[in-house]
Amino acid sequence: MKLIIQPSAEETMKQHAIKDFPDECCGFLYGKESDEARIIETAVPVENKKEGDKKRRFEISGIDYMRAEQHALKNKIDLLGVYHSHPQHPAIASEHDLKQAMPFFSYVILSVMDKKIDDIKSWKLNEENTEFIEETIIYH
Amino acid sequence: MAQLIIPTPLRKYSNEASTFNTEAFTIEQAIEELITEYPDIKPHLMDANDKIRGYIKIFVGEDDIRALDGDQTELKADSVVSIVPAIAGGSVSIPTWIGERSRYISVVANN
Repeated sequence: MKLIIQPSAEETMKQHAIKDFPDECCGFLYGKESDEARIIETAVPVENKKEGDKKRRFEISGIDYMRAEQHALKNKIDLLGVYHSHPQHPAIASEHDLKQAMPFFSYVILSVMDKKIDDIKSWKLNEENTEFIEETIIYH
Repeated sequence: MAQLIIPTPLRKYSNEASTFNTEAFTIEQAIEELITEYPDIKPHLMDANDKIRGYIKIFVGEDDIRALDGDQTELKADSVVSIVPAIAGGSVSIPTWIGERSRYISVVANN
C-alpha cells in the first residue's frame, strides 16, 4: 500500500527532527486510509520520554499514547503510526525498532546527518509480525 | 457501563471495533470479556501465564492500574479504560551497540 504524506505533516516531522538533533525525536501520525493508500495528514510531535540515551533511543509515554488514541476517536481520524528520527544513522529500521513494533502502524524514520534531513523511509510489519516491509512514500 | 478503548494496532483483531462496553466490576473481568468477544486479541494482550503482557499498560482514566490495584482495580459505570502498547525504538540495536562497545574496550585495552 502507498503511503501519502501531505506537505504540512512532512514539514512538521522535518522541523522536529532538526530541532531535537542530536537526540531522537518522536511523534504521532494521523490521517485516513482507503483500500489504495494510507494518507498522513497531520504529524504531532510528542516528547521523547526515554530515560538515558536519547541520541539512540526514543520512547513515548503511556499517557501520551492514551491521549493520542482519544484525540483520534474524538476527531474521527485514524492514528496511523509514529515517526522518529535517527540522528547520524540511516533511515533503516533497527532490530530494536522491530522488537518494539506494533502491527498496523506505519513507522516513519527520518535520517538526520549533521542537522540536515538526509532521508525519510517508512516501515510496517508484515502480516506475520515478523519483519518490516518498506512502504512506498508519495509526497502530495 | 465502563468503556474500553482498543488501541488502533489491535483493531484488526477486534473486527475494527475501537471501543468495547462492559459491565465488569474489575479490570481482570473486563479483559476476560474482551477476549471472549474477540479471541484473536488474546496473544497480543496476555502472556503464556495469562497475565497482561509487560509491554501493555492499562489506564483507568489517566491512572496506570499498576499504581492502583492492578488487574483487581475496580471499575465504575463511567470508567474509561485504555489499553496502551509500549511505543519505543531507536537507531542502534542492542547487540550492535554491545558489539561496538566491545570493540572500543578491545582497542583501549590493546593501547
